[in-house]
Amino acid sequence: MKIKSVNDFVIKFANVNGSGSASANQMFAKGVFRSGIPVSPKNIFPSNIQGLPTWFEVRVNEKGYLGRREGIDLFVAMNPQSYQKDVEELKAGGYLIYDSSWKRDFGREDINILEIPLTKLCVQEFTNPKQRLLFKNLGYVGLLASILEMDKDIYISLIEEQFKGKEKLIEPNVKALNIGYNYAEENFKDYCDIKVNKSNKTDGLILTSGNDAAGLGCVYGGATVCAWYPITPSTSLAESYSKYSEKMRVEIGTEKNKFAFIQAEDELAAMGMTIGANWNGARAFTATSGPGVSLMSEFIGLAYFAEVPTVLFNVQRGGPSTGMPTRTQQSDILCSAYASHGDTKHILLIPSDPKECFDFAVEAFDLADRLQTPVIVLLDLDLGMNDWSTKEFEWDDNNQYDRGKVLSKEDLDGIEKFGRYLDVDGDGIPYRTYPGTHPEKGAYFTRGTSHDEYAGYTEDGVKNAEMLTRLVKKFQTASSLVPSPVFNQEKNTSSMGIIYFGSTDCSMQEALDVLDEQNINIDAMRIRAFPFNLEVWEFIEDHDLLFIVEQNRDGQMRTLIMAEGGIIPDKLVSILCFDGQPITAEHITNKINAHISGKPALVAS
Amino acid sequence: MTYIVKPKNHHPLLEKNELGLTRRDYEGAVSTLCAGCGHDSISSAIVEACFQLSIESYKVAKLSGIGCSSKAPAYFLNQSHGFNSVHGRMPSIATGAAMANHELLYLGISGDGDSASIGIGQFIHCARRQLNMTYIVENNGTYGLTKGQFSATNDLESKSKYGDDNLFPSIDLPSMAIQLGASFVARSFSGDKEQLVPLLKAALSHKGFSFLDIISPCVTFNNHNTSTKSYDYIREHNDALSRPDFVPSGKEILTDYPKGSTVDVPLHDGSLLSLEKISENYDPADKIKAIQNIQESQRDGKVLTGLLYADPEAKDLKEILNVSDKPLNEMDLNDLCPGSEKLKDINSGLK
Repeated sequence: MKIKSVNDFVIKFANVNGSGSASANQMFAKGVFRSGIPVSPKNIFPSNIQGLPTWFEVRVNEKGYLGRREGIDLFVAMNPQSYQKDVEELKAGGYLIYDSSWKRDFGREDINILEIPLTKLCVQEFTNPKQRLLFKNLGYVGLLASILEMDKDIYISLIEEQFKGKEKLIEPNVKALNIGYNYAEENFKDYCDIKVNKSNKTDGLILTSGNDAAGLGCVYGGATVCAWYPITPSTSLAESYSKYSEKMRVEIGTEKNKFAFIQAEDELAAMGMTIGANWNGARAFTATSGPGVSLMSEFIGLAYFAEVPTVLFNVQRGGPSTGMPTRTQQSDILCSAYASHGDTKHILLIPSDPKECFDFAVEAFDLADRLQTPVIVLLDLDLGMNDWSTKEFEWDDNNQYDRGKVLSKEDLDGIEKFGRYLDVDGDGIPYRTYPGTHPEKGAYFTRGTSHDEYAGYTEDGVKNAEMLTRLVKKFQTASSLVPSPVFNQEKNTSSMGIIYFGSTDCSMQEALDVLDEQNINIDAMRIRAFPFNLEVWEFIEDHDLLFIVEQNRDGQMRTLIMAEGGIIPDKLVSILCFDGQPITAEHITNKINAHISGKPALVAS
Repeated sequence: MTYIVKPKNHHPLLEKNELGLTRRDYEGAVSTLCAGCGHDSISSAIVEACFQLSIESYKVAKLSGIGCSSKAPAYFLNQSHGFNSVHGRMPSIATGAAMANHELLYLGISGDGDSASIGIGQFIHCARRQLNMTYIVENNGTYGLTKGQFSATNDLESKSKYGDDNLFPSIDLPSMAIQLGASFVARSFSGDKEQLVPLLKAALSHKGFSFLDIISPCVTFNNHNTSTKSYDYIREHNDALSRPDFVPSGKEILTDYPKGSTVDVPLHDGSLLSLEKISENYDPADKIKAIQNIQESQRDGKVLTGLLYADPEAKDLKEILNVSDKPLNEMDLNDLCPGSEKLKDINSGLK
């Protein structure tokens, strides 16, 4: 039996970490994307630099379903360490490609095996030991191009683009590609029933990661200071900002930087620098992951209480503690929403794809400046580090930055007495001044200690309570400014609803279609921010039963909804996935079906 | 950190500086520190130095962490923005602030608990990065606000007020600062205004990381006769390297030190620190000798004070990072946003 499919399959690569496979696998995915079919490549890598097993999964789907899907149709097994487990994952009728320089019996009759002696072929063709090893990767890309009947020229152009400026490398790379391609043309002509046919479903799409997009959004959003400390999976966000800044933020003539990029000594310092720069009127941000948020929490509380704008990207990974640094989760909802001691609450923005990462990065700076408080943008590893087929970035040249309530020298001249924490407009948001604005007016003391409207220290508990109450008012103002939810339907028609957020979106689109085919009528809402907007509460009010889909163990978004809205727990049913793999549509539909039919779900959470 | 605002009445005959301001214009709120606290003397030395330098207060940002020392910024320069941050984290706040606007003068006030313990990492990296700021540690060897615990700069042989032994050796912040690459390092004593004021003026005029370790006795918890940070002890053991005189840019040297006995340190803004040598073996341009002097003095049971090391030519963080001369906080959308055309190119590169 052979699986038969056009433009709809999952291919998985098993490699040894550090063997250069990731870029070849990425190239395979990009080739499919350029053939016009949306792809979702996912790098499943260990916390290791060299030697441990690593996988790379690509879902190819013409309908545009980009969530992870269980069951592998094609397996490129290049790592004998993981052969046994890898082969088990292959569906019956699937195809296994392996390096037959060392022959192997896999003990499965129900799969189709394509043998290619890659090591032997590369040893014959190349003399350099490094090339012999590295080019095996391009060899199997060539083989795939042949058996899937793809346009080989796409890969040749990809190689040419990759080695632009290092033209000497093009020829051996193309040769490596041809080794696999030609071998397959001779040995596997018409063997495989999975095909890639050119399409136009990637028109208007780009292939990029959430971290790359968010870093670019920071450049467009006017961030000038990035202070950060390396931590997986957020590192590439800071590096993206630096990469794009070096390209687009250098003064012509002086060659000086219109940005400061500082690798701090730890996350505490990274957050301190971010706060210091924002206090002084520059747009500044930091990027981190769970352990970094824990370390930054004291400073986040200071920024909240002293009302200093701050932007933090938290690219969530598997927790708790050091947890699974290279696997995905959405398990920092509560620690982000309530970061720091005392009564604190923070703005959360939760993008669902790279395009939205770009948009929310820009918006985060406007919101932070407008609200004078920390804004935490929550990504996760899957969204941050993996490439997604996402809508093109857009920018309207009429956009303006909202720098919020900042008083100029002229403004101060017209004010009798400046009060840093006076609620002049009744929206809970006071006015601020930058240091160095006016020789006689506007200076104040920023402090984490209890203070009055004029920023003076006070131990008057009633005054302090007034300040804390005003911060609640400010948070209410925030709920009308943050991005509103996205609804799957124009009008609610069901008594049941689904609430989801972030990277779950891609699997949810597919799950909703499946539920629709099963005649299960259910409304859906994607939350995009905290504090929750009025629309969120209306949706909850409108439904008798709500499924809340989250990639964590404790149903943290459910807790947040219960805590903030006093919602009855019985009304909110958790659908959870916390195995470090991105949630699948099947997982969601199984759980919902099980709940509706009253039978326990078969899929473990 | 209670605010007690001082009345604004100035005597018409008070001395005025080049800006037409009196010393009173550089003062802050009334101090709430203990009577006789060394920190108050340092605050008044800062007032004096800023008055003499004719600094515009509103162009100064005063930053601190937590502790008695960190309260001090409320007691000078009323017209400056202040930032009382969290314990030991003043350096990172200062770093971010200075990156946002390099045109202000950054004055950080810290203590020995703040800089030698909880914030030692930030102190180290701030010095290493050559942040253009003046960093003062008001060093009293004790945790005053929590009532007299030993700090990490308390000497091994120095007992507590209650007779407890100190079990661990002290951290010498100036030696560390020199080793880390700070380009202006001095030690002084809160009770020696003649030495402290010119050193402060030079530190404020220096471009780069200026570090001042100022021994500042705690009258309440560390001024007893078994303490090595008491007024009496420091007065008896003060081992001054030099007598400093600060000469502003374009002004004549008025001191009449004997020929061959002075060392001049020309500063970036055209001013000069002229030092009369007291110690024979003194060369503030020599890093290794500077550290050796500190160690030798310590071995001999003395407290070495004066300018220890200076490199007026060192690059600061802004130069190292090649940051624009236009302050980043003055840049607007036209300076910063690459626009829609560039974004189209980026989109095509991601296909």
